[in-house]
Amino acid sequence: MALLEVDDLRTYFHTREGVVRAVEGVSFSVEKGETLGIVGESGSGKSVANYSLLGLVPCPPGRIESGTARFGGIDLLRCSAEERRAVRGRRISMVFQDPMTALNPYMTIGEQVMEPLLVHEGSTRGQARERAAATMDSVGIPDASKRLSDYPHQYSGGMRQRVMIAMALITKPEILIADEPTTALDVTVQAQILALIKKRQQDLGMAVILVTHDFGIVAGVCDRVLVMYAGRIVESAATRELFRNPRHPYTKALMASMPSAHAKGEELYTIPGMPPDLARPMTGCPFAPRCEHAVDMCRRGATALVEIAPGRASACLRVQAGEL
Amino acid sequence: MTEGGPNTLEAERGVSLWQDAWRRLRRNRPATAGLVLLVTLVVVAAATPWIAPYSYSAQDLEMGAVRPNLHHWFGTDQLGRDIFTRILYGGRISLLVGFCATGVSLLIGVLYGAISGYAGGRLDSLMMRGVDILYALPFTIFVIILMVFFGRNLVLLFMAIGAVEWLTMARIVRGQVQSLKHKEFIEAAYTLGLSRRRILLRHLIPNALGPIIVYTTLTIPQVMLLEAFLSFLGLGVQPPMSSWGLLIKEGVETMEEYPWLVIFPGIALSTTLFALNFLGDGLRDALDPRAAKD
Amino acid sequence: MAKFIIGRVLETIPVLLIIVTMTFFLVRLAPGGPFDAERNVTEETRRQLNEQYNLNAPLWRQYTDYLGHLIHGDLGPSFKNSSRTVNEVIGAGFPVSLELGLYALCVALTIGLAAGISAALRPNTVRDYAPMTFAMAGICIPNFVLGPLLVLVFALWLEWLPVSGWDRPSEKILPAITLGATYAAYIARLSRGGMLEILSQDFIRTARAKGLSEARVVLRHALRGGLQPVVSFLGPAAAGLLSGSFVVETIFQIPGLGRYFVQGAFNRDYTLIMGTVLFYATLILIFNMAVDVAQACLDPRQRRA
Repeated sequence: MALLEVDDLRTYFHTREGVVRAVEGVSFSVEKGETLGIVGESGSGKSVANYSLLGLVPCPPGRIESGTARFGGIDLLRCSAEERRAVRGRRISMVFQDPMTALNPYMTIGEQVMEPLLVHEGSTRGQARERAAATMDSVGIPDASKRLSDYPHQYSGGMRQRVMIAMALITKPEILIADEPTTALDVTVQAQILALIKKRQQDLGMAVILVTHDFGIVAGVCDRVLVMYAGRIVESAATRELFRNPRHPYTKALMASMPSAHAKGEELYTIPGMPPDLARPMTGCPFAPRCEHAVDMCRRGATALVEIAPGRASACLRVQAGEL
Repeated sequence: MTEGGPNTLEAERGVSLWQDAWRRLRRNRPATAGLVLLVTLVVVAAATPWIAPYSYSAQDLEMGAVRPNLHHWFGTDQLGRDIFTRILYGGRISLLVGFCATGVSLLIGVLYGAISGYAGGRLDSLMMRGVDILYALPFTIFVIILMVFFGRNLVLLFMAIGAVEWLTMARIVRGQVQSLKHKEFIEAAYTLGLSRRRILLRHLIPNALGPIIVYTTLTIPQVMLLEAFLSFLGLGVQPPMSSWGLLIKEGVETMEEYPWLVIFPGIALSTTLFALNFLGDGLRDALDPRAAKD
Repeated sequence: MAKFIIGRVLETIPVLLIIVTMTFFLVRLAPGGPFDAERNVTEETRRQLNEQYNLNAPLWRQYTDYLGHLIHGDLGPSFKNSSRTVNEVIGAGFPVSLELGLYALCVALTIGLAAGISAALRPNTVRDYAPMTFAMAGICIPNFVLGPLLVLVFALWLEWLPVSGWDRPSEKILPAITLGATYAAYIARLSRGGMLEILSQDFIRTARAKGLSEARVVLRHALRGGLQPVVSFLGPAAAGLLSGSFVVETIFQIPGLGRYFVQGAFNRDYTLIMGTVLFYATLILIFNMAVDVAQACLDPRQRRA
């Protein structure tokens, strides 16, 4: 039994311009201790899918239309608000993209890092303060106990992300969801933060869901990868397998457009066309209009993620038919 | 024209921006209602001498104050004057003060703000410090002193109110100009060798127009309120002229016996303020989609 | 912080000097003197009166004399109430105005914050539209319309409350509501806007992701930032509550400072006008200063500056 099992998750946004199908039937599972990468362009639904799990999608306009998310005997999508609160920030924690805006500028770092302990474990302020200092120390914040009374604006970007991680890890969660944790940071700091997450993961034995648009990060950190496009998972595979032999045309195109995949002087590859407008009804494979391998079948038939080899699935109809 | 390049670009963007705003404004029902009401009021005010059912000063002492009825929709006062007619005439003055005094404040505020924002540096901080200090002054009190000591004529009223209400406008325009100053099309205008005056008048101020329109719409009700306040204290418009503030003042004195004398002018004033405020809010939503997100 | 406060205090001195000078010359340069209107006074007495009140001296002399007295806190005798000094008039009138202002502020804060915050928590629903429509009404119905209407309904028709006066607690209800209504409306709009702005911030999502209860998210994480606009409004609001009380004190016949000021203005009571203006200005400056300090305390990012 997997630690977290998501089945057929659909999250729609009901806007004035129409219903935006941000997440359209996503299923995946997370095993204990593993690192799962979710890759996709912005707007592919990867963040919304994770927000849906913790009930962080603003409602209205967002609404979870269907699906289940089994975690420790409860369904995160259908449980009561109290049950969900008992999970989030305690058993499943989250680190966000921009540490500049994700910390409350009006509260001290200490207050914010201590808060999960005060709320979930009923610790006294003294105990909480001690553990906050220890946790901040473990994520590499120098002079942690002195800096508890500082405010976020007194920290650098990298240090703030460390604070975010400390805040997420202080309750020793079973799953850490990291939503583009390094995108807003300097390149030199990115590697440090990833190494830190990896190290703390091993120490605590937790699972990590790493949401990113950067294949380079996936290659370095993740055990397994889901590739998302237009609110659906189009391919899933073990990281090594995926890099050695990408099967879905979208995955291939995405990898080809990475700057590092090119020899010096070679022209960069770009995927033709634009991602589809999710407010419009779609038939066939959502990638078909941009796909160089698309045939009639792709434009008409419905797609589904189908296992094509052990531990490996693809939503491409031609891959499933053995044509690609 | 020498500035053909950047100007046409801006013009195109401008047109679609205004059309877009107009579309958004029309979708906002309270704002549309406010606009319609306001246009009606202005038309009625302009046509008052021809459409008013009675003469403004015609008295009928024998009749005295009567309740609203078929002949006198809003009743009459103790002198037998038709309240509906008096509200129509009072509205002319109230609207006139509203628009003229706002015009004065607009002129001062836009020029002051534009110069301050455009000059930047020392002059800017000095001018804005001045605005800060003026903000701290009890201005209503100064207007009262001004009105008491220098007679109570209409032109002075425009000036006094206009001189009070320009501060926020100056701040808004200055902020706009400052942020626009470094945009590409302004730099382009520089490289084309346009004079400072021309850049300020032709490029900076037109592009700051959205917030100026919004705030002007919101200044008019404030000005009308201040006029009514002064008239209520007996310092604004003087009889035999009348404004809504003055009608309310007269009505309050006898409201126990003739409540309609205060209720109808009060409704007239409040409805107009409602219309202007809804229109202003709607314009803000329409012209500044970013601020309207809430 | 102490340096910041001292700096602000020192800044107010030139501002006050500008106000004194402006009022002084504005009042003196106006046509007509304080005793011109009194008919049954001979030329001789008028000259004596002018002499007594130092009105025959050259203008600059009068100005320096006034400043000299001012430094000692002496605002001079009231021209029209010869038995009382301006200090006495203010001393008698201000406590009443202050009391009225405080009640009105309580009304404004209680109603305004409750309406604004609850609207922000359920945006674009009935619980948002209803209080916000009321707020718009509060802004569009001026206090000199609202006051008489309240009197008409609650005092004259229903006879629940007295028409005017300022002795019994029941007499203070209608004035406080009349004066506070507009400010309640502004506070409701400002707190709604501020809370909505803050509630859409990333750090609120962080707080929710930590598993905090909605009450804790609002009270601990959103309120401090969301009420900033309200705090900065309190300075102008305090000023407005004081000058707005002219009308309310007139309607309800309350013996406050506002009424003395308006009477003084009509009577050309130079010293009383100057004294009250100066007093109001000082109060307003103090309020603005207090607001700045409060804001610096609430927003740690401003504290350093």
